[in-house]
Amino acid sequence: MAADQRRPGIMRQMRGAMMKYMPLMITCVEFETFILDYLEGSLPPRQRRIFELHLKMCRECRDYLAAYKATMGVAKRALKDPSDGPPDDAPEDLVKAVLAARER
Amino acid sequence: MTDEELIEGLKAGDDQAAETVVRTHMPRMLAVARRLLGDSALAEDCVQEAFANMFRKIGDFEGRSSLGTWLYGIVANQALMKLRQQTRRREDPIDDLMPEFDTSACRIEAPWQHLSTPEEILDREKRKDLVIDMINKLPPDYRVVLQLRDIEEMSTAEVADALNLTDGNVKVRLHRARSALKSLLEPVLRGEL
Repeated sequence: MAADQRRPGIMRQMRGAMMKYMPLMITCVEFETFILDYLEGSLPPRQRRIFELHLKMCRECRDYLAAYKATMGVAKRALKDPSDGPPDDAPEDLVKAVLAARER
Repeated sequence: MTDEELIEGLKAGDDQAAETVVRTHMPRMLAVARRLLGDSALAEDCVQEAFANMFRKIGDFEGRSSLGTWLYGIVANQALMKLRQQTRRREDPIDDLMPEFDTSACRIEAPWQHLSTPEEILDREKRKDLVIDMINKLPPDYRVVLQLRDIEEMSTAEVADALNLTDGNVKVRLHRARSALKSLLEPVLRGEL
């Protein structure tokens, strides 16, 4: 990332300060630490409200979370297609090999 | 037979219990190993080693999770060892894929004009292969956590137990794995690939 992207303009500086210092607000960095618990439904009610308030106010975090959730969906579908059905039966030669090794 | 009866049978060296456990759990163990390793022959080796471990360690099984979950954890661990042998890189390449923030702690994220759905993305076989290639780019320690939590749908506590990690470690790795994968998949999600 270019260094100038890390140096925010005045509007972003003001927004960052507002998120940092105003009651019931969190910064995007703090928001990041809550994502996993939010998606698992394990955030306490107050933190959940604060998280959702940030989500309403921050376009970047809203977009990020949507893409994060889409990523989870794509990974799941790619690795475990719902149309795949249950796994095949156990191959007989492998079952026999496992049981024979146990007896040794 | 119930899990408890099977475990008692295994501990007592009962052949019938051993065969039942192998036949019942082998299909899903193979599926877990294939998804992690992407290779059927390696997956079969892995499952064979996992069962050998299971027969050796059944005395230590404390019943904190179901027998199946314990077995899927053992096979995932075996697969992880094989993946680590394959990838000998020492650096942590995942850092470059983490979310970015400016010095005001505001997120840097280009607007999403278009966000494809999983169905749109995976409508063609080649795209599915591309997505799997991206998942395989994740370091093994992250990939295994992502797979056990998001694909095999094990709980955080079960994954922690299986991989000898704390719940906190599992959560950190899972979030980093998802974040890194989001960066890797970004061109696909934006409909650019």
